Amino acid sequence: MTTDLVRTRPSAGLALLGTELGVLFRRKRTWAMLAALAAVPILIAIAVRVTHSSSGGGPAFLDRIENNGLFVVFVALGVCVPLFLPLTVGVVAGDTIAGEASHGTLRYLLIAPAGRIRLLAVKYVGAAAFSLAATLVVCIAGALIGFALFPSGSVALLSGDTVSIADALGRSLLIAMYVTISLLGLSAIGLFLSTLTDVPVGAMAATIIFSVASEVLDQLPQLAWLHPWLFSNYWLGFGDFLRDPISWTAFGQNAALQAGYIVVFAALAYGRFAAKDILS
Amino acid sequence: MSEDDLAIETHGLTKQFGSYAAVKNIDLSVPHGSVFGFLGPNGSGKTTTIRMLLGLASPTSGEARVLGAPMPRANATVLPRVGALVEGPGFYPYLSGADNLRRLDSADRYAPSRTRGARVAEALERVGLSAAATKKVKAYSLGMKQRLGIANALLTPRELLILDEPTNGLDPQGTREVRALVRSLALQGTTIFVSSHLLAEIEQICSHAAVMSAGALVAQGTLDELRQVGRPHVRVATPDPSLATGVLTGFGMTVAPTTNDGGELVAVLGDAPTEPDEVVAALVAAGVRVRGFAFETPSLEDRFVSLTGEGFNVDH
Repeated sequence: MTTDLVRTRPSAGLALLGTELGVLFRRKRTWAMLAALAAVPILIAIAVRVTHSSSGGGPAFLDRIENNGLFVVFVALGVCVPLFLPLTVGVVAGDTIAGEASHGTLRYLLIAPAGRIRLLAVKYVGAAAFSLAATLVVCIAGALIGFALFPSGSVALLSGDTVSIADALGRSLLIAMYVTISLLGLSAIGLFLSTLTDVPVGAMAATIIFSVASEVLDQLPQLAWLHPWLFSNYWLGFGDFLRDPISWTAFGQNAALQAGYIVVFAALAYGRFAAKDILS
Repeated sequence: MSEDDLAIETHGLTKQFGSYAAVKNIDLSVPHGSVFGFLGPNGSGKTTTIRMLLGLASPTSGEARVLGAPMPRANATVLPRVGALVEGPGFYPYLSGADNLRRLDSADRYAPSRTRGARVAEALERVGLSAAATKKVKAYSLGMKQRLGIANALLTPRELLILDEPTNGLDPQGTREVRALVRSLALQGTTIFVSSHLLAEIEQICSHAAVMSAGALVAQGTLDELRQVGRPHVRVATPDPSLATGVLTGFGMTVAPTTNDGGELVAVLGDAPTEPDEVVAALVAAGVRVRGFAFETPSLEDRFVSLTGEGFNVDH
């Protein structure tokens, strides 16, 4: 039988990743969250344009927007990184396994068979892809509205040097990468929490609580010894890319810390999910 | 029967949830090529057994072999050859029927991407959903979702189909279609393991059956074997019970102790072939006043009810 011939050679299984991204990015909820993130830089830019009151207080870099529109991106990231981005990543990462369980599709994926490790890996890559998309949406929306409403010439860095717009756009991409990497640890935590329950909202809320707790602990000077171990510790460290020369110290520390969280929580997720009885 | 002839076999399969045993020590033998009815009232452990057969849950003790390999260890090699509907259909409500099937098919590494579209269309055609292929599943009725679940089990040619309550939510027409589908798949040599709490729905299509009650397997065999366990019997209404008992015993029958005072005797036939008219003639010749006589062969339904109890109460 021809089907038997086909069956002797399994594919690499990339098709599952393809449909995972398709299911994620064709969902209205995903688009609603991306639209909400895009609204942040747009609101900031319009507010500054209308009131011309960018000086005195407010988020970091706000006073620089009227000199160069690209700073809308950095202000918006500064606003989104502590709250909006972890919120949306918490929704997607918390939904990974629990969402499939609540739809009843988890059992059908597993008897297809997706393979439990492969399913976890595909789900994690999906959550990471969302983290990247969410960050890029803030950056792109910020750059577009910034250039539409404010000057777009050469950019004065925080260190006082002035760089070309092309150089500044390159730095923006590095910052987008930095922010995406910052969210990978939280995504791994969400994946693990998602294997604990069949109720996606529970896993989402728990993931967001983890993120808030980490940020609160990061604010307490009494816990200074703990700060280097908190996954949110380097979240706002992307200002390093706006100085000349670029300091890669925070980037390296952040990447190592996030990798540690990924290893620990992926192992926990595997430990929980590999032999779990699927009764959803 | 040699073990190679079995599509599913379990030995001492047990599933314990805390102190509650959902499945107790069952030994299933499902021959290749059979249409195997897995019967039992709600809550009797059917779905838990199916979850263990499909590697979704691990047995507490005992083993389950599917297509000759142990589950859940052989999930990766066995499951591509098995199509299943477990505990109702499960789909993404925000995707169309066809997109749902494409999604689930993409999880099977042995299912070629090249033919995915054609196979999805064929499976939808088979269950009569072609017209609703592009409709979102949230707009499907329960019966349509059930059909989509069956289509998912048919995405690639399967050696074994495990269908858990496949007619649930279907109208009588849909139920007939599922029966016809099962028959045609069985003719192609697919082994079909179908669970139901309604005997009548599957009695017509099964070659074998097993009956679960409160987590235990209480009967198993070909349909004919199961029918025979409930032996034919005669029922005699007479005011002369002792006289009648003597005559019936002479035919090798076993007379059940009388339970009512209405003068009715029930006697189970022995191994010797017995003609009902001869029995009546002998009773009359012996001077028994026969007021009523019936020769009854119990239906599988009677057998099912006697094995699992009649009430609506879920056991436990």
